[in-house]
Amino acid sequence: MEFLSDLQAQFSTAYELLAAGWGVQLLWGIGWTLAVTVVSMLIGAVLGSLVASAKLSHRGGLRFIGESYTTVFRGEPELLIIYLFYYGGTQVLTGVARSTGSIGSTDILNMPSFLGGVLAVGIISGAYQAEVFRGSFLAIHRGELEAARAYGMSAWLRFRLVIVPQVLRLAVPGLGNVWQLTIKDSALISVTGVAELMLTANKAARSTHHSLLFYTVAGILYLVMTSISTPIFEKAERYTSRSFTRPK
Amino acid sequence: MAFDFYVSTMWSVLKALPLTLEIWFFGIAFGLVIATGLTWLRASGSKLGEYFTRAYVFIFRGSPLLVQLYLIYFGLSQFDFVRHSPILWPILRDPMYCTIVAMALNTAAYESEIFRGALRAVPVGQIEAAKAFGMSAFTRFRLVTLPIALRLALPAYSTEIILMTKATALASVVTIMEMMGTAQKIQHDTFRPIEVLTCAGVIYLLLNLSIARLFAWVEYRLSPHLRPPPEQSQQIRPVPEVL
Repeated sequence: MEFLSDLQAQFSTAYELLAAGWGVQLLWGIGWTLAVTVVSMLIGAVLGSLVASAKLSHRGGLRFIGESYTTVFRGEPELLIIYLFYYGGTQVLTGVARSTGSIGSTDILNMPSFLGGVLAVGIISGAYQAEVFRGSFLAIHRGELEAARAYGMSAWLRFRLVIVPQVLRLAVPGLGNVWQLTIKDSALISVTGVAELMLTANKAARSTHHSLLFYTVAGILYLVMTSISTPIFEKAERYTSRSFTRPK
Repeated sequence: MAFDFYVSTMWSVLKALPLTLEIWFFGIAFGLVIATGLTWLRASGSKLGEYFTRAYVFIFRGSPLLVQLYLIYFGLSQFDFVRHSPILWPILRDPMYCTIVAMALNTAAYESEIFRGALRAVPVGQIEAAKAFGMSAFTRFRLVTLPIALRLALPAYSTEIILMTKATALASVVTIMEMMGTAQKIQHDTFRPIEVLTCAGVIYLLLNLSIARLFAWVEYRLSPHLRPPPEQSQQIRPVPEVL
């Protein structure tokens, strides 16, 4: 019984703390986490498709660049890439600003934390997306591309009407995985000071000394985000492959 | 000057490599033990075991490792029984052990799914053939299911090991001075993050590339039946005409 009353006390403290404003803060944290993830995914999509086409290119040089990109950004710790963009960005910005004289020689121009974080996570996400896009492209039937060429379609028309719709259809499950990875990577940019879910939970844990509570809540909120995305991507998969479903 | 800085940074970060490898090794080893348990529980056919492993996998794959690490390192010490326990407290007050525990629990979730997939992918015909030979369940598992499943699990397992190398860098946020932590310290002291992080990055990349190489070699050795036959067209003598 002692355990039960203890648990009840825990719950009421939890309720009080969350109602006292930390709940709203955590909701804002979710908002920022989603913003970081969406922007990173978009950056990653652009980079990923460029890198995928580089890896599929006939030119050895381009293939080498593409290979190096995916090897480096999938092989390095995410934390290192984030530090590199945040602190490295600060180093570059400060250097440039000092040499142009826009700040004093002892001042520091900080990299905006959101920009630094999003670039880093986006570039990592791009490396994984490149692999997804490349795999989907290779899964397109060669015959379809040959047929399009035989019809006299230009490269752009082939890309727009044959390659993109099919790559998108085949890439949806893989992109779902990358999305989940990117949500989890976004927790790491708390180290740069973006007030996303992880950093908010950190602040709450440190200022109230209820770390168990706030990290558990943060963990649950991440689980909610990742599990909500699953049915959404399943729906997207059904939508993009609607012409491939068997007639009833 | 610049070259000296690179060399000294490289050397300082390299000195922290053993610590990184220690976290890496114990994380993977304990993770493998837990994953084996989970896979066994899932394959045992009990409903309770299935629910437990499903929940476990859902929780540990669905949330960031950083949250799990903080929860274990900062969160669990809130319990009185943890702080008064002679077994738990020495483990959970040490950031090093906490990182290893978090990594092991996390990787076990991914690995148990890899093993489950590999077990399911063992061709039914092989198992039927083993049954037809009259092998006992244990012999069948030891001689047929396990070797095939291990071979099938290898590529995904190597990816997971590389993810674990990357995860060791998280130890730096709980004050461990492994490679990432050391690089962070040099970076703060010198304010030359690009140079310092490049040095650390090169080491991490070489480490991961050699792990990938090693696994590729093991995979090659374990699949002689999938390789094309060696070229021997030159050696084959023409069939004598007298035949």
